[in-house]
Amino acid sequence: MDASLISETRPRASAPPTPFMALDSVSIAIAGSGGSGVMSAGNWLLEAAARSGLYGLMVKTMGPQIRGGEAAALVRLATSQLESLDDAFDVMLAFDWQNVHRFADEIPLRAGGLLVCDAEGGEIPEVFAASGAHVLSLPLKKMAKELPGSWINMLALGITGALAGVPVQALEDAVRKGWTRNAAALEANLGAVRAGVAAASGHAPPPRQLRQQEARRWLVSGNEGAGYGAIRGGIRFVAAYPITPATEVLEWMAPALTQAGGSLLQAEDELASINMIIGSSFGGVPSFTATAGPGLSLMTEGLGLAVAAEVPIVVMDVMRGGPSTGIPAKSEQSDLSFAVGGLHGDAPRLVLAPSSISDCIQTTQWAVELAEALQSPALVLSDQFMGQSRSIVDAPKLPPPKARRLVAEANTPGYKRYGDTPRGVSPMAIPGTPGTTYTADGLEHSETGVPSSQATDHKRQLDKRLRKLAQHDYGGRWADIEGDAPLALVTFGSATGPVREAARRAAARGVDVRVIVLRLIAPLQPAAMAQALAGVERVMVVEQNHEGQLLRYLRGLAAIPREAAGFHRPGPLPLRPADICAAVLEWAAAKEETK
Amino acid sequence: MNAMKVRTATPGTLAELMAQAYALEREAVERYGELADVLATHNNQEVAALFRRLASQEALHATEIMRTMGWSRPPQPPALPDAPAAPAFEEAHYLMHPWHALRMALDAEQRAHDFFAGLAQRCDGDELKRAAQQLQADEHEHIVLLQSWLQRTPQPPEGWDEDPDPPRYPH
Amino acid sequence: MNDMTHLPELAAAEPYTPLNYKSATKPIWCPGCGDYTVLNAVTKALALVQRPPHEVAVVSGIGCSSRIPAYTSCYGFHGVHGRSLAAATGLKVARPDLTVLVASGDGDGYSIGGNHFLHACRRNVDLTYIVMDNHVYGMTKGQASPTTEPDWDNKLSPGGTGVRSFHPLVIALAAGANFVARAFSGDQNTTAELIAAGIRHPGFSFIEILSPCVTFRPEQKEWKNLTHPASVGPTDDAARAAKRIMTDDGFNIGVLYAGHRAPYSGGPGTPTRTLEQMEEEFAL
Repeated sequence: MDASLISETRPRASAPPTPFMALDSVSIAIAGSGGSGVMSAGNWLLEAAARSGLYGLMVKTMGPQIRGGEAAALVRLATSQLESLDDAFDVMLAFDWQNVHRFADEIPLRAGGLLVCDAEGGEIPEVFAASGAHVLSLPLKKMAKELPGSWINMLALGITGALAGVPVQALEDAVRKGWTRNAAALEANLGAVRAGVAAASGHAPPPRQLRQQEARRWLVSGNEGAGYGAIRGGIRFVAAYPITPATEVLEWMAPALTQAGGSLLQAEDELASINMIIGSSFGGVPSFTATAGPGLSLMTEGLGLAVAAEVPIVVMDVMRGGPSTGIPAKSEQSDLSFAVGGLHGDAPRLVLAPSSISDCIQTTQWAVELAEALQSPALVLSDQFMGQSRSIVDAPKLPPPKARRLVAEANTPGYKRYGDTPRGVSPMAIPGTPGTTYTADGLEHSETGVPSSQATDHKRQLDKRLRKLAQHDYGGRWADIEGDAPLALVTFGSATGPVREAARRAAARGVDVRVIVLRLIAPLQPAAMAQALAGVERVMVVEQNHEGQLLRYLRGLAAIPREAAGFHRPGPLPLRPADICAAVLEWAAAKEETK
Repeated sequence: MNAMKVRTATPGTLAELMAQAYALEREAVERYGELADVLATHNNQEVAALFRRLASQEALHATEIMRTMGWSRPPQPPALPDAPAAPAFEEAHYLMHPWHALRMALDAEQRAHDFFAGLAQRCDGDELKRAAQQLQADEHEHIVLLQSWLQRTPQPPEGWDEDPDPPRYPH
Repeated sequence: MNDMTHLPELAAAEPYTPLNYKSATKPIWCPGCGDYTVLNAVTKALALVQRPPHEVAVVSGIGCSSRIPAYTSCYGFHGVHGRSLAAATGLKVARPDLTVLVASGDGDGYSIGGNHFLHACRRNVDLTYIVMDNHVYGMTKGQASPTTEPDWDNKLSPGGTGVRSFHPLVIALAAGANFVARAFSGDQNTTAELIAAGIRHPGFSFIEILSPCVTFRPEQKEWKNLTHPASVGPTDDAARAAKRIMTDDGFNIGVLYAGHRAPYSGGPGTPTRTLEQMEEEFAL
């Protein structure tokens, strides 16, 4: 490599950047405008990292343009499974500076990190230049031109891969896999990868070993995982309406469902979707849809119908910035209040929340099982961060599919669809079964389903619908309880990743915290919660929304002490482990003072 | 849209003719300006700058007409068939190269040239015919200039419109 | 954001030009998108009509096309998906003095907005409804819309939906729209004239504008070779118009139907009773 092609410009520190080998995680941002292939580069980097035994997480961020806008791939690689982005980035590679400063909030650079940019790319925006990162200026466009037939993002792949310690063989294998263009183009692009590796050689750690994977691992996004979890749970009918950021769940399921013997139908809107899946479930087929906040708002009447008529359905809400149209392409956890309370009437329902990309699979599967067993709608609160990010995860150990609906036997004498049973679940007759015909109804009804305005019938059915959920044995999966310290952090969904990481850091500083991750948010069983909080003196609830929705919900149920603290921030920026850790340490210190 | 007839009234006076010519140039100025904006929004600064140059050139033509006619205010815009001198917006592409932009400009000038040739045929009277022919000749000059500019501009490489990232990321 | 600070001061007698109806906000539609010329056509149409920008309201839903209000200097309302006609109806009935333009895409307008479409045509409030139809859901990146061909392969419906496409012009006619036209974004001036005609025509005016999506339906570039002026002028006979529209090639440009239904006449009027008089109804 011709050393004259590399120049180091301001700010110049006294020593070259630290090799990254010492860290067990490295964060890399690749940014540029349309045509540079930022996302493809990030994807290949992730795949290559997997081949060298690393775990990784990739988040995408884009401008509002449909095509050609500024974009950044945010990649974190580590030696263990990741559920969160780090607080700052160690490496940023920018193809150009066109509007990339718009991502400055999402790409905080570590002082002492490395900023790789094009020597001819113009002035580095102040916000990045002031970070204290070292600058490695390379003639990226010129180098790309000297490798005819190659894409510039292959250079970037080589550079960032080398800086992350990913061996060049892994990078090449990632590019080779799934290559659809011709062999000459492949060779040209592999050459660009190698050129990139060479260009980074002065700054890169020794490459890791190419490892045979001992355990099976998956590369999956939350949305894809949810789609698979639903099918695994037994879903065989989906009514779909596209909405950012849930569309990928439905698009993944479209061919997969057909392959599983089911079907997917594109509906005219969310009002149609929810009613379609209620209809199909009434017919005996486990049914599902996925949407986001605005769509969920439209579905509320339907959800109430499913509650009243006791029809099992599963609705995934991939939460995004709200309220109303809000910030469609960014994550937030602000639909919780709505999920647990947003129906008219006394309408208990199941609300679950996967706590990581990997957990999207099993929690969605579990939601199907619960919905079918309890003849209830189940809302699954995912979010844009988990839904649209990809992660390398250990192949999950998934429980076998075992969804089972309590179904009425043919010719049951004196069949009562809504008969009052001790567990609250009454056998559901499936159309086509002789001797058990009934009319399902959103109107309040007697035990046989005849519409009724009688006080006794209303009380009986309200009790039944509440009891069936409250008395079910949800087992240990309702929450993950980690540690036994008297200080407890309670959280859910994608906030879990940063919370766990903050807890590790706090422990390293001598402050132990117990982490309680709620997976079943409604119904919240008081005894189980009390047990989880046994020995807990103080609680802090951590969530990504403005009003502290989970905090309010738990306080309202008296499930946490009244003095519980809250750490809640709205989107669009992700919660940072450092911020949570700082809040925890401050909170713990305050406790010490009052002793 | 070649079937869309010229619904413009054939100009009966020199003022009407020059008003049409002025409107043509102004429309082109606006269109080039819009193209410059949209390419800038999509981070294609090189072509955005080129479109701005083209917009300035058309603006010069427009002010030249004002000067020749001694107008202090722009004339009332007449109804025109669709923007003969303006570039076809649908030909833009976010990855386009300067060569593409110049091709678009050349096509626009050709249309303008043909428009004035048609007017020269339909106009009554020597004064009007000569004026229309002069406008046609001016457009011809622009065409020649653009052709030579185009020759000096590198052709886009093969695969110029390839974007490794599709609009719908596979994952 | 409608920023009028860059516009020149208007002398009282000066007519409005199309530029007066444009805001300083730069559209983010893809280069080559048909909606750019629709925006220009709207501003030209408003200049033909000469309503002051602050007396015009542009109401939209959600989608690429629905971003248009912010690009005009009129009052704009960017509502929720599919409900532009409902919001616009409320606005126009309560404020009949305003000129109300409604803008949607084919997904927003014909799918989730389908119900409101039917009833807006039936109700015949004096609105002008433009739908930028590109036979696809662009903003959510490439699903079929009601006007998409049944065999168009896409991720959400592999192999195509298999469902017959929607015919908005016939449906508008059958539901009672008073003015039905088809336009093509590739011809800016004709589109402007059609929109202006729609604004001037009383009652519900519906203009379907074929507006190609350069990113998800690049084959629609072909439309400029397929569109052509309607060979006959508009009729006020609904049945004749229906037959023509149902048998045409789908690329007839022009006013296809202009009827004489009286526009919706409900809405606020002068008060005829005082509150005290109302109370008399309860008094014993």
